[in-house]
Amino acid sequence: MKSLEDLREMRKEVEKEMQTRKNTNKPKVIIGMGTCGIAAGAREILQAVMEEMDKRDLDIEVTQTGCIGMCEKEPLMDVKLPGKDRITYGNLNKEDVKRIIVNHVINGNVVDELVIARLEE
Amino acid sequence: MKELALHVLDIAENSISADADNISIEINESTIKNRMTIIIEDDGKGIKKDVLENITDPFVTSRKTRPVGLGLSLFKAAAKRCEGNFNIESSNKGTKVKAVFKRDHIDRAPLGNISQTLISILLWNKNIDVQYIHTYNNKQFIFDTKEIKKELDGINITDGKIINWLKDYINENISEIRGGEFN
Repeated sequence: MKSLEDLREMRKEVEKEMQTRKNTNKPKVIIGMGTCGIAAGAREILQAVMEEMDKRDLDIEVTQTGCIGMCEKEPLMDVKLPGKDRITYGNLNKEDVKRIIVNHVINGNVVDELVIARLEE
Repeated sequence: MKELALHVLDIAENSISADADNISIEINESTIKNRMTIIIEDDGKGIKKDVLENITDPFVTSRKTRPVGLGLSLFKAAAKRCEGNFNIESSNKGTKVKAVFKRDHIDRAPLGNISQTLISILLWNKNIDVQYIHTYNNKQFIFDTKEIKKELDGINITDGKIINWLKDYINENISEIRGGEFN
């Protein structure tokens, strides 16, 4: 079983990595976490984003927001690449998240069929 | 909500909106008394008295954008349909929400993924401190971000590697005290 001593070891590893990561112009991912989002599965969407970040060693800023009034389209996730439009994706599942991370966040190609709104830069 | 852990996440996010610095989450399970109690307490700015009286009415909310708020109403309904009870207290020093469930009630949602709920709270706001105390009969697990942050000594608790480690750490400890129980 894991103990807090293991955490101390891990701390050293992370400290080394942090020195190589000082990028401030990161891609941003925003997840809707209001009551409606949570009921529709937003927590699992957040989990999927974290898993992809870990698997692909990505440096993304992940934030959460409350209900924005598109409850029927939850779970919602926005992607904002530096200098590009803010794209809102809706009705997501975990598989969709993987596609969005690979196609949009990593390669810059918007996944058109999942887009529900676009906010121009 | 499919899991009680999702209610916990939802209520904790009210605490974040209320500018809380500390959230305490307590889960008490007794198979002997056949009870399950969930208490979420914060030191946020509280709910005004006139709003508090009707706060579990879905058409009462402190939000300004639209006059509907479902979080507390849903949590109360979940407790009530399990022959339980629900209580909320608030002052300008913070808010305390308590829900009691009859543990083996057919309508009681499973506890669900508490570790993912705690992680989601931490990821929302890295400055918030969370204390989680889970008691199952005579066994107890305490998770306190103040203690974790002391170990991390300046390293961000929301770092991906740390978060993943914490997730497993919480999961292992909860299944340990619950003796592998899934509900």
